[in-house]
Amino acid sequence: MTQTTYVRAVCDALARAMQADERVIVLGEDVAEGGPYTATAGLAERFGRERVRNTPISEGTVAGVAVGAAQAGYRPIVEIMFIDFVTLALDQLANQAAKARFMSGGQLSVPLVMRTQGGAGQRGGAQHSQSLESWLAHIPGLKVVMPSTAIDAAGLMTSAIADPDPVVFVETKALYFLREEIDGEPPAVPIGVARTFREGSDLTIVATARMVSRALEAADRLAADGIEAEVIDPRTLVPLDVDTITASVSRTNHLIVVEEAVSSMGFGAEIAAIVQHAAFDDLDAPVERVGAPFTPVPVSPRLEDAYLPDADAVVQAARRVLSLPGAVR
Amino acid sequence: MTRVDRQPDVAAPDSASGTAGLSAADGLDLLGTMWRIRALEERVGQLKRADEVYGLVHLSIGGEGVAAAVCRQLLASDAVYSGHRAHGHALAQGAPSDRLMAELMGRDTGLCRGLGGSMHLVDLEHGFFGATGVVGGNLPLALGTALAAQLRGGTDVTVSFFGDGAVQTGAFHESINLATLWKLPLVFVCENNGMAEFTPRSAHTTVARVSDVVAPYGLERATVSGSDVGAVWDAFGAFKHAARGGEGPFLLECLTHRRRGHYEGDADSYREADEAEWERQDPIARLTERGIADGWLTPQTRDSLEAQARAEIDAATEFARRSPYPPPELPAQLTCAQDGAA
Repeated sequence: MTQTTYVRAVCDALARAMQADERVIVLGEDVAEGGPYTATAGLAERFGRERVRNTPISEGTVAGVAVGAAQAGYRPIVEIMFIDFVTLALDQLANQAAKARFMSGGQLSVPLVMRTQGGAGQRGGAQHSQSLESWLAHIPGLKVVMPSTAIDAAGLMTSAIADPDPVVFVETKALYFLREEIDGEPPAVPIGVARTFREGSDLTIVATARMVSRALEAADRLAADGIEAEVIDPRTLVPLDVDTITASVSRTNHLIVVEEAVSSMGFGAEIAAIVQHAAFDDLDAPVERVGAPFTPVPVSPRLEDAYLPDADAVVQAARRVLSLPGAVR
Repeated sequence: MTRVDRQPDVAAPDSASGTAGLSAADGLDLLGTMWRIRALEERVGQLKRADEVYGLVHLSIGGEGVAAAVCRQLLASDAVYSGHRAHGHALAQGAPSDRLMAELMGRDTGLCRGLGGSMHLVDLEHGFFGATGVVGGNLPLALGTALAAQLRGGTDVTVSFFGDGAVQTGAFHESINLATLWKLPLVFVCENNGMAEFTPRSAHTTVARVSDVVAPYGLERATVSGSDVGAVWDAFGAFKHAARGGEGPFLLECLTHRRRGHYEGDADSYREADEAEWERQDPIARLTERGIADGWLTPQTRDSLEAQARAEIDAATEFARRSPYPPPELPAQLTCAQDGAA
């Protein structure tokens, strides 16, 4: 066993892909310097500045360069330093990358990976802390990956780079430097397969990214009261492993969805809709969503801490769906 | 019905060299290509009015010379991107007229199986990576294929067609900056018809010439009359030759006359007709005149080129009409790869 971190696992997966395939190139602001979080540290030294290319602060055009290079047979990995700046690249992502295969009648492929990172918790303020993954999940033609652990980040990165379609790879800055034990080279993780972190028979908790650990913390606290929660990380939002989630709900009859993004119009709503349709007769209570309130992310420490969903919020939601005494509405 | 609202300093410069770089064979090829585009576009206009061609349709009548003089100097191994006014570029680059027409008519035999339509033509077999309906949207993609060519080595070039309206997008400025920084083998070809949709260039910017917009970046650039096919041929030929040698990027601005409205169905009420201007600017008429004067064209040959082109487009139209519409399951099949292979 060796110790790694989420960001180290991402970087190592990039290096393995670059070593295995000359068509893999890395583009983005300061990527040859390693980037602000060291996600590309050492790649330029190892593979050269032709393949690890610093770019100007031109997110839209740099994303488009990746689309064109992908159409020409390369496997570009383009970094958007903060998911907040995906807004600047949305034309390229939504109108060009996502639709090229479709609009060309299958002639074009866009095998690119857009790496970015989101989430709050570092006092970054409203323009450097957002969780915008649900926007991207709404665009047909894009795949959206959002790992919660180092080993999944590594395994999903390998699959994302090999994927023939554009994949947005959403990392979480608050997870970057958490330590994790790994055993050898992490195996590829197929896109579209959920991971069940904890099994339980009373309640299903679907959680993404940083919320997985909070859901697990909540599950431990619930277990002390004799309630066994199953915790599932979909790992990829698109395509979504509907079967794992609905099969779990059919056994537990209760569902909570936990995400860091604002709840309104979000991923949790989509899961709730899918599950109520697929497993309506199995549900014993309305699906609960736990997410951020419908405001921008505040920068002031106490406000930001209060803004983020925590294990308490998950426990409270569990008490509500299970109609336990003392549940707070 | 049309009048180009040109500022005095953007009057089309006439090429002193005329068709100096054009052989008789090249001249005939270009004239034939231009007639094919003209015949296609006129028919598409008719079919649009008859509701046989669907969607938002932008015709390139008046711009045939640029499409012909650029694309007829390219290979299928090169990469060409275009914007929303792309029928002529696709045809000149080698797209078969029958499959092109079938695409415009939404048929399964179309270049893109009917899923692209007028603004999103792609013909990868001939290096036509594609058109886009987003003004300026394809400029960055052209940098991507040019980067791929640079990394691979070799002599492939990329051409990006766009109108003067795209010059006011952020993507244009970002793309010029990055392409010059990376010295990409790329020729930006701007068709400056003086109009961005309904309004003249002077309503959008204080910089009349696109070649002046990019001056600070230091890339080599030229402005020619897009109605003077020989001038486009010569200027593009020089840039293309240098780009094949690994130089670049370059910007070629072609001043053209947009004969039709912005789109088919546009009442074009914002301009006054100027038939005399059209007669001066019609690139087919100008090359015809030149060919007869230079002795490589006879009136009979001219007539036969037009007749061949119109017969080809008649056949293409009939092919498209006979073709089936795409099956209903096609959209779901082509949203993502089905077999996991790129």
